[in-house]
This record gives sequence, structure tokens and C-alpha cells, in this order.
Amino acid sequence: MVNYIWAAMAVIGIVYAMFNGTMEEVNEALFESADDAVMLSIGLISVLVFWLGLMKVAEEAGLLNMLARLFKPFVTRLFPDIPKDHPAMGYILSNLTANLFGLGNAATPMGIKAMEQMKQLSKTDEASRSMITFLAINTSSLTLIPATVIAIRMKYDSAAPTEIVGTTIIATLISSAAAIMIDRLFYYRRVRKQKR
Amino acid sequence: MSFISTISSWMIPLIILIVLISASWKRLPSYELFVEGGKEGIQMAMSLLPFLLGMMVSIAILRGSGALDAFISMISPLLQAFGVPPDIVPLSIIRPISGTAALGMTTELIDTHGPDSFIGRLASTMQGSTDTTLYIITVYFGAVGIRRMGDALKVGLLADLIGIIASIVIVTIVFAG
Repeated sequence: MVNYIWAAMAVIGIVYAMFNGTMEEVNEALFESADDAVMLSIGLISVLVFWLGLMKVAEEAGLLNMLARLFKPFVTRLFPDIPKDHPAMGYILSNLTANLFGLGNAATPMGIKAMEQMKQLSKTDEASRSMITFLAINTSSLTLIPATVIAIRMKYDSAAPTEIVGTTIIATLISSAAAIMIDRLFYYRRVRKQKR
Repeated sequence: MSFISTISSWMIPLIILIVLISASWKRLPSYELFVEGGKEGIQMAMSLLPFLLGMMVSIAILRGSGALDAFISMISPLLQAFGVPPDIVPLSIIRPISGTAALGMTTELIDTHGPDSFIGRLASTMQGSTDTTLYIITVYFGAVGIRRMGDALKVGLLADLIGIIASIVIVTIVFAG
């Protein structure tokens, strides 16, 4: 599906530009964004090297296992097809914890490691059940401290920069709960389809 | 306020402290482990590059041509009929597609309407409570080479929709008076 969406965005844009005289803008946006993507990827190196390095130490020190044991009842229910003591659990939990505390740049490397571990479990290039659940939780952005937003509000002299923390937490709880439920519904639908 | 910013600034140093103390306690070669784990990061960033570049260029063409703006103004009346404030419509559409564009829009909305206005609070809540679904899917599936992504995109976008609706309802209830 992503192939179609990817192609459709570019095709629609170019066709629209044909009839609206915005070809110049398209050219400009094209190379500017390609540049941005390279800068973003290079910028990711620092974050990835730092957090993956630290996580390796944490893993060897047994901290990830500890985290996994701590939240076992919660995550085994969310990810029933991952064996209880699999390293994937530790990475999933570190990713969720990092997100929870607004450490966005730490969450990404741990999330990728979690995906890697889940791929080793499923051994195909198809998204597994737990991968989809994991992505659903991540895209709904389960967070306690929306640090970036607070920083912007402070910059524009808000009288109470953190007053949106409460509303953000409630909204994110609702969307995360919805994500988990929608994910389950789609899963059961897949199972039914397979049975037929 | 100071409490939360203190937590945020202490968080990462504390994590480093805990990790390094427990590693030393167990007599692990912490520095060597760090380097070994970190090496993976370079490879990972490079393998992500084509995925990010491809996706970002396609989104940029859609935005640069003006097609996205046209689409937004087309469905704007429909969303307004459901009670979505017109100023917030572009942000709610951009949010799952492009993180940088959404952050730019949120900043602009806060700048024009003020951080403590209804729109300012709503934009802040929306920005904080949802994430860039397309980016997350691109990065996570790209990094480990998943080709068929099943229902992931559908689930992510539906969750975004619910998050946006929830933000509007909650901000209206909490800050209505």
C-alpha cells in the first residue's frame, strides 16, 4: 500500500502543478526536501550512535530485562506473540518509557531495535502482529511531557506554558487506547479472513 | 513548571548514571560495550537515508505544487460542519504526514493567535498528543526491511483521527469558560 501512497503523492502533485503553473515550486521543493532528508539522516547518526551504545551497556547490565520483568503483566497482554523473556520486550519497554518522558530522540533507536528483534521472531518481510501493535502505540504518541510544545509556548510568552500537559495526556490516552483497540479489531478481522 | 523542566533536564543524565553504575557494579567493560553498540547506529542512519529521502521528496512535491493546500481548502467546509475550527484544519491534516510542517504550523498558530488562546491551546494539545504516523512507519519498517506492512498504516491513521477529535473535545471542555 505504501508504494501506491508514495507514488500517488508525487503524481498528484506534478499533475496539479501542470494545470496551476507551480512547476517552479515543485522543482524547488524537490531538491530542498532531498537536502533536508540527507541532513536529517546525518543528524540521526549522533542520536543513534549515542543511544544504541548506551542501550548495549544497559542490556548487558541486565537493566532491560529488569524493566521487562517490572511491566510483564502489562506488556505480555499487549504483545501476546512475543515470548516472555525475549529481548524484544526490553526494547519495546525502553521505547515506550522514552516516549512517555518525552525523550523522542531516544525512543527512535530503541524502537528500531525492538523492530529488529520482532523481525527475528517472525522471520519474514511481512509486518507481524506485534509490529503493528507496536507501531499503533508509537503513532498515537503516548507521552507525559510534550517537551517541544512546552518550549514553543514558553518562547511565545505563555502565561502558563504547561497548562496543556493535562489536556495532552488525556488526548494521548484516548488515542492510544483507540489505537490498541483498532489494532485488535483489525487483527481479529485478519484471523477470520485466514480461516475462510 | 520548574518541576517539569527539572525532570526533563535530569532525565537523560540520570539514565546514563544508572546504566554506567550498574555496568561497573557488574564489572562489565562499559566503554567497549558502548562503542560496540554505537557502531550499529552509523549503519542504521545510512540505511534509513533512502527511505526518508524518498518519502520526504514525495510529500514535498505534493505540498510544493499547491495540491495539498487545494485539498485542505476543499475539505475544510466539511470538517467545519463537524465543529472543527477552520484555523486548525490544515494542522490536523498535516500532522500525520509531515512532522516538520506540523511543528511549523503549530508555531505559526501560537504566534498569530497567542499561546493562551483557544486555538493556541488546541494546536499545542494536538501537536503533543499525536505523532507523525508516516514518518514512524517509514523509519521503523524501513530500518528492518519490512515490505508488506499489513494494517499498520490504517491503524495509525485511524488513531490519529481519534486523537484529533479527542483533542478538540477535551480542549473545548477544559478551557471553554
